[in-house]
Amino acid sequence: MVKRRTVADWIWTVMLSLLCLVWVYPVVMILLNALKVETAITTGGAFQLPTLETFAGLDNFVNAIQAKGFLDAFATSLVITITSVALILVCCSMCAWFITRVNNRLSKLCYFLFVFSMVVPFQMLMFTLAATADRLKLNTPWNICIIYLGFGAGLAVFMFAGFMKSIPIEVEEAAMIDGCNPLQTFFRIDLPVLKPTLISVGILETMWVWNDYLLPYLVLDRKKYTTVPILIQYFKGSFGKVEMGPTMACIILTVLPIIVLYLFCQKHIIKGVVAGAVKG
Amino acid sequence: MKKLIALLLAALMVVGLFAACTDTGTESTDPAENGTPTGTEGEGTEDEGTEAPAAGGGSVYYLNFKPEQDEDWQNLAKVYTDLTGVEVTVLTAAAGTYEETLMAEMAKSEAPTLFQVNGPVGLANWKDYCLDLSGSALYGELTSDDFALTEDGAVYGIAYVIETYGIIYNKALLEQAGYTEADITDFDSLKAVVEDITARSEELGFAAFTSAGMDGSSDWRFKTHLANLPIYYEYEAEGVHAEAIHGTYLDNYRAIWDLYINNATCSPAELSAKTGDDAVSEFVNGQAVFYQNGTWAYNDVSSLGDENLGMLPIYIGVDGEENQGLCTGSENYWCVNKDASEEDIQATLDFLYWVVTSKEGTAALADEMGFVIPFKAAKETSNPLVAISEQYIADGKKSVDWCFPTMPSEEWKNGVGSALTAYAANQNDDTWAAVVTAFVDGWATEYQLANG
Amino acid sequence: MAKIIRKWWPVFLLPTLVAFIIGFVIPFCQGLYLSFCKFTTINKAEWVGISNYLKAFQDTQFRSAFVFTAAFTVVSTVLINVCAFVVALTLTRRIRGTNLFRTVFFMPNLIGGIVLGFIWNILINCVLSLLGKPLLALNTTAGFWGLIILMCWQQIGYMMIIYIAGLQSIPGELIEAARIDGASARQILFRVKIPNVMPSITICLFLTLTNSFKLFDQNLALTGGDPNHATEMLAMNIYQTFYARSGPNWKGIGQAKAVLFCIMVIAISLIQLRATRSKEVQQ
Repeated sequence: MVKRRTVADWIWTVMLSLLCLVWVYPVVMILLNALKVETAITTGGAFQLPTLETFAGLDNFVNAIQAKGFLDAFATSLVITITSVALILVCCSMCAWFITRVNNRLSKLCYFLFVFSMVVPFQMLMFTLAATADRLKLNTPWNICIIYLGFGAGLAVFMFAGFMKSIPIEVEEAAMIDGCNPLQTFFRIDLPVLKPTLISVGILETMWVWNDYLLPYLVLDRKKYTTVPILIQYFKGSFGKVEMGPTMACIILTVLPIIVLYLFCQKHIIKGVVAGAVKG
Repeated sequence: MKKLIALLLAALMVVGLFAACTDTGTESTDPAENGTPTGTEGEGTEDEGTEAPAAGGGSVYYLNFKPEQDEDWQNLAKVYTDLTGVEVTVLTAAAGTYEETLMAEMAKSEAPTLFQVNGPVGLANWKDYCLDLSGSALYGELTSDDFALTEDGAVYGIAYVIETYGIIYNKALLEQAGYTEADITDFDSLKAVVEDITARSEELGFAAFTSAGMDGSSDWRFKTHLANLPIYYEYEAEGVHAEAIHGTYLDNYRAIWDLYINNATCSPAELSAKTGDDAVSEFVNGQAVFYQNGTWAYNDVSSLGDENLGMLPIYIGVDGEENQGLCTGSENYWCVNKDASEEDIQATLDFLYWVVTSKEGTAALADEMGFVIPFKAAKETSNPLVAISEQYIADGKKSVDWCFPTMPSEEWKNGVGSALTAYAANQNDDTWAAVVTAFVDGWATEYQLANG
Repeated sequence: MAKIIRKWWPVFLLPTLVAFIIGFVIPFCQGLYLSFCKFTTINKAEWVGISNYLKAFQDTQFRSAFVFTAAFTVVSTVLINVCAFVVALTLTRRIRGTNLFRTVFFMPNLIGGIVLGFIWNILINCVLSLLGKPLLALNTTAGFWGLIILMCWQQIGYMMIIYIAGLQSIPGELIEAARIDGASARQILFRVKIPNVMPSITICLFLTLTNSFKLFDQNLALTGGDPNHATEMLAMNIYQTFYARSGPNWKGIGQAKAVLFCIMVIAISLIQLRATRSKEVQQ
């Protein structure tokens, strides 16, 4: 079916193009300011383009990386995100499989609790969760993933369970008869089929963990570790006392990897979002 | 075989999870066990502090209040660690978030061993966590008991920096306008000078005051520091009564605030569009003569040249104010966490003693941080604003005490701040009545909430 | 088969369950209990009954935070969904550059709330400063609309993606048939398209409602509740009560507020789901 382009289509195209410019402008503005020298970044002057005198080159970026603890924060965020998402994917998919395949009271109770936990706001738990995590010393980037597994289990189990129900049991039964134990069955039969769901859940959880502010702020051992959102908020809180140039550079350095990653895995991300939403 | 591997895997996972919980489970009881003995033995160990620095295995965790000195503290901590091997961690709260950071950190098992309160009101909230420092070597170094935060004979906090504020002015500009410091001796003469400058501002090319900056970056200059003056005079007249303020001198507060906002670089309605940064740059660029701030702001304004900087008392039109000096005091008190382990308390006390007595420590406080410290071994700071404030005292002027540590809460300050902003935009008796309400009624309400 | 699997519960269920108990069940139960206590740390809690709840209801800031949150939620939910749906409609017209548009609109979603808040804080303050209006920290109206703009900027792309998926799943024959029957574009929109994307609408409404109601990061980073708590939303009010207020009374009140907040979120979710689900059935 070939579609004829009408005048209305052209109008829409122009309007959407303008809207696109509006959409990218905030990030571009931060980028332009990150290229300026300190004195040129003022409340009133942030819209001005960098000129020859105010152009600072990449000084702010170098400064941000060297002096502002950006790399440490970035590494911490990366460790937390990777360990947490990996743990959530493995544990929750197994848990969801168990819940859908075993139909006893325990699994029903668990499922209900998982779904319930999705609705509960973090503020309900923040103080007691911070205290529990502190008592169990789950406060380093390496083991905070256990907290994330616990708090993020709801959505992941729910999404996995929704998909598991559609996998025919017959194949699994056949595998078991051939001598596979449940673990082998799960990893050989179900996991390959689950790949799209794994990607969807992985993307949703990554977006959550990477950008999360309050949980690491309260739980993490703050004298040693900082995450990127905490670092950015720290700069904002000290407005007027920190240099704005390196701060802007930090924002760009934070946003850039996300955008690059997004441009590469756009299809997966958008599919993941749709799948997550339809199930959710 | 395969089954075995699977089982092993399963066992590993479960054990792994539990190991994370149990081995830390035993650890977590340690502080609890240590918690009780330190309470009683704490005083005993303090006396030993002077003899045996760098004693066994403790570490220091300092939750710092002043973001502008973060780097200096980090460096000083590094020097101490290199010298003694004792680990010193410094965490600085972002501006305006000290209380919440302290709250979150104190709930943890590795809580700060050293933290700050801002005076009696802050102490009321944290007294249960404060070690009695009366026998400590640090307390012995203090030059005067005025700088200790005492309650029922116990010393809970020790001030470590004395600061002074007033109206900083640009000498060259003031002379250009045809005046000198000697022309300003009370509120009326200040007003006369200021209004004359405003009248001729076109011709002079500068205004009297910098813009106010009523956002979070500098509103404390008015809702806290300027508000100190009416409170100070009320306390002078009637004795300290932190439970309820009467607002006797609020008309004077209005007079000085009017003077500030109506003679600034921008119109009063535009004040709320300016930040503290704007005020600094106006002052540094010679667009205004007067800028209310304190000794800590020296680094911001030093580009004007030391010989060009002067400081005036903030006159508000009270009888006998010709003899008034600058506002001097402290709102930064060190407190040691008594729930920390014995070793950590010891390490903290040793560290503090080193900071205020050693060459490195005093030099860092005086030169890098620009502090005047109330300790015997203090090194003289090179900050010229401090020299000016000392000259006032030498001339026999009476310093204004810092009464704002008695302000009932941050909430109260915020209430006054937003009422002041609203008044600036629309100056009439009704909007001023809102300031008075926030000041007087707000004080009573907040005092009730904090102490009721 | 279920029998064999059941024996393997330590492998499949236990790790998640243990973490879930640590990360959710224990804190949740403790939280419920502590809302009836006066406490500064969990070990030193003193039972005070429902007085925390009474104080939470009397707290004017909590009430004004509720009003602000409610207003914000309604406005942002309507705006986001209408805009997202319109954009989705145009993007399904197969005009030039659809992919590019979709990519750009979705992008802000991946940036975290704190960073977004910071970016818009700078941007809006610039605009206000050029207009000579009070800055965000002193300007309730600007704070409210700033939050709305920020949320629209972030969420429209996400909801648009869901609407596009919904619109694309409508069979082409259905629309073709309606057109042959002489239906106008308007009729096709309201009689064919909207009823058929009802499931997407349910999801988007649900997501925007709860996202807006539970908003914290953006609120903290954009306005921080200034001026004087006027732009403080419920989640942030609870946080402030817990951590920014000194004194032993506040933690209990904060926890009580958190329980009330939790109940509100659950109630909204249930009512909203039921309302839209029932509409779907009618179709």
